[in-house]
Amino acid sequence: MNAPVYVAGVGVISAIGNNTAECLHALENGQAGIGEITYLNTIHRSAIPVAEVKLNNEELAAKAKLSTLLSRTALLSSVAATEALLNAAIPELSRWRTGFISANTAGGMDKSETFFPAFLSDRYKGKLRDIINHECGSVTELVADQLGIKNYITTISTACSSSANAIFFGARLIRHNMLDVVVAGGTDALAKFTLNGFNTLMILDHQYCKPFDENRKGLNLGEGAGYMVLISDRVAATLKANPYCRLSGYCNANDAYHQTASSPDGTGSMMAMQGALNKSGLLPSDIDYINLHGTGTQNNDQSEGTAIMNLFGPYYPKMSSTKSFTGHTLGACGGVEAVFSVLAIKHGIIYPTLRLDTPIKDFPFVAETIFQKNVAVNNVLTNSFGFGGNCTSLILSKK
Amino acid sequence: MDKLMADLKEQIIAQLNLQDIKPEDIGDDQPLFVGGLGLDSIDGLELIVLMQQQYKIKLSNAEDGPKVFRSVRTMAAYITAHHAQAV
Amino acid sequence: MSTENYITASCIIINQVVYKNGSPVFVNKDSALAAFLISAYRYFELKYPKFYKMDNLSKLGMLASEVLLKTSFVPSFYNPEETGVVLANASSSLDTDIKYFQTLSNIASPSLFVYTLPNIMIGEICIRNGFKGENAFFVFHSFNASFMEQYVSNLLNTGVLRCCICGWVELLEEKYHAVLFLVEKVATGIDTMLFTLENINKIYEIENG
Repeated sequence: MNAPVYVAGVGVISAIGNNTAECLHALENGQAGIGEITYLNTIHRSAIPVAEVKLNNEELAAKAKLSTLLSRTALLSSVAATEALLNAAIPELSRWRTGFISANTAGGMDKSETFFPAFLSDRYKGKLRDIINHECGSVTELVADQLGIKNYITTISTACSSSANAIFFGARLIRHNMLDVVVAGGTDALAKFTLNGFNTLMILDHQYCKPFDENRKGLNLGEGAGYMVLISDRVAATLKANPYCRLSGYCNANDAYHQTASSPDGTGSMMAMQGALNKSGLLPSDIDYINLHGTGTQNNDQSEGTAIMNLFGPYYPKMSSTKSFTGHTLGACGGVEAVFSVLAIKHGIIYPTLRLDTPIKDFPFVAETIFQKNVAVNNVLTNSFGFGGNCTSLILSKK
Repeated sequence: MDKLMADLKEQIIAQLNLQDIKPEDIGDDQPLFVGGLGLDSIDGLELIVLMQQQYKIKLSNAEDGPKVFRSVRTMAAYITAHHAQAV
Repeated sequence: MSTENYITASCIIINQVVYKNGSPVFVNKDSALAAFLISAYRYFELKYPKFYKMDNLSKLGMLASEVLLKTSFVPSFYNPEETGVVLANASSSLDTDIKYFQTLSNIASPSLFVYTLPNIMIGEICIRNGFKGENAFFVFHSFNASFMEQYVSNLLNTGVLRCCICGWVELLEEKYHAVLFLVEKVATGIDTMLFTLENINKIYEIENG
């Protein structure tokens, strides 16, 4: 099944901007969205930096045109998915078979956290409406309802590779002629659950993260949502504007090493990248830019860098980690970073890795540290490697 | 120190869910992370939690872990040295 | 490429009974869930101490996969990237999420946090068996046989995989239901049947009262 799958629209919200234009502006001007915790009521408030979306729940709900009673995860999803659909501007959308494939890891956890302390102390306390939309699938269905998508809806939950998996699953459905249009991507909102969990695994940096730096100390958690509208060539023929690019390659593999750490030689990462190249029919030397998973942990950057060294050497494409701007948005990162990758192709730009002072000694390459324009960016590889060894790579190519 | 080591062995088994192992199976000087017990990095983090919960000692630098948790004896020595300060 | 695929083994765990290929192979009506899982682990002599550290969902999935793969599966038949795992459930990792959340009032437990994602169960199965092929985890309201049939058939028919462990592993507190299928491109073994919607549903409904 080799029918082309095009990207017709993109939408994103993150710590560096509430829409695509704002995010692009921040990326160009080196403005990271990392800072002190302001919204979560947690004991770690002044100790752990995070990358929050700069809207409180009331503002976000107003923007999403949804109730403040809903989970922040759903609100973020709504904003980005709506932007993507509007951006795609598909004429007569209702005539096409449309799907919504959304991913997240936290579900409605932010609301459930306010329910549990009350409930645990007294079984008659706690507002049930806070947990009605706890499950990951609920977040998806709420937004699908708002967007009016009915033909096919599903939720993928595979940790940090979730939304990348959602995107290529959407592409498969189009290639197999089961759907014509798919809004695919993911969302995640910060919660005390996640913050405490990552803190107890001791993989958070208590300063601003330094991906692909020799002295990196861990990741910063972020939140956000990123979606793209995938379409078949029949739908592409009806558009007024050209699609952004094609989703030309994808692959998922399991590292089979540890629940939360990557293998030292980066086997899973390498298999995902190699598989995506095979699918697209491209050679390593055809890749112009890699948007790294680049979380800033000792383990990931070592593992991912080793896989890149083995796969791309001696020719290394430009590469960078935009998590140095947005933090690690967990279930949303595949979607957010795929959107940035699409924009890199569209605008011929390369993003920098912020705060990279000392490149990793073991590697014969250095991630980019300066924003670049007027670059020929035809093929972009974007990596998303999740807990459970779930490794996914996507390749986007100029039409 | 002997009583502390005996207590530690039971606590380690409970904290790390080592259900097929009895306290007498763990040698005082046996390396915890290499060989027999097969502990991994998550177990290391749980030992940090154990230190905090049982002995109120906070290990804020994960890199000190391998030294401190080398064996039951090194753990006991660390606790004895720091317990006085913590309390 | 042929579009026929085969269910070469199945494993069901429900109501404190473990079924292999439709026949009960272990029963323990005496105990609560956690003890039941451990008793089955010991009975099948799985000899994998990491089992004890897993959360109940991963224990259930691991147990079902070990029974599924015993004798039916020939590891040397496949390269690591040719075998994958596709699972789904309704409650995601909620059982462990709740247990983990309760530790936040004291000290957050790293070993519980590790299991607050449903796909870690897949990770454990892959680590145990060295499976590096494609793997995915879906969340549905209830078992979706037609989705499973379509998705897995596609993986096998397009050559992404030659063998796939797939099914439904659901657990929340004391309620659980695991149904795993070993699906292969090549028919092997005695109890083989075609991987069709009808056969999937037939197996799923065993003892699902």
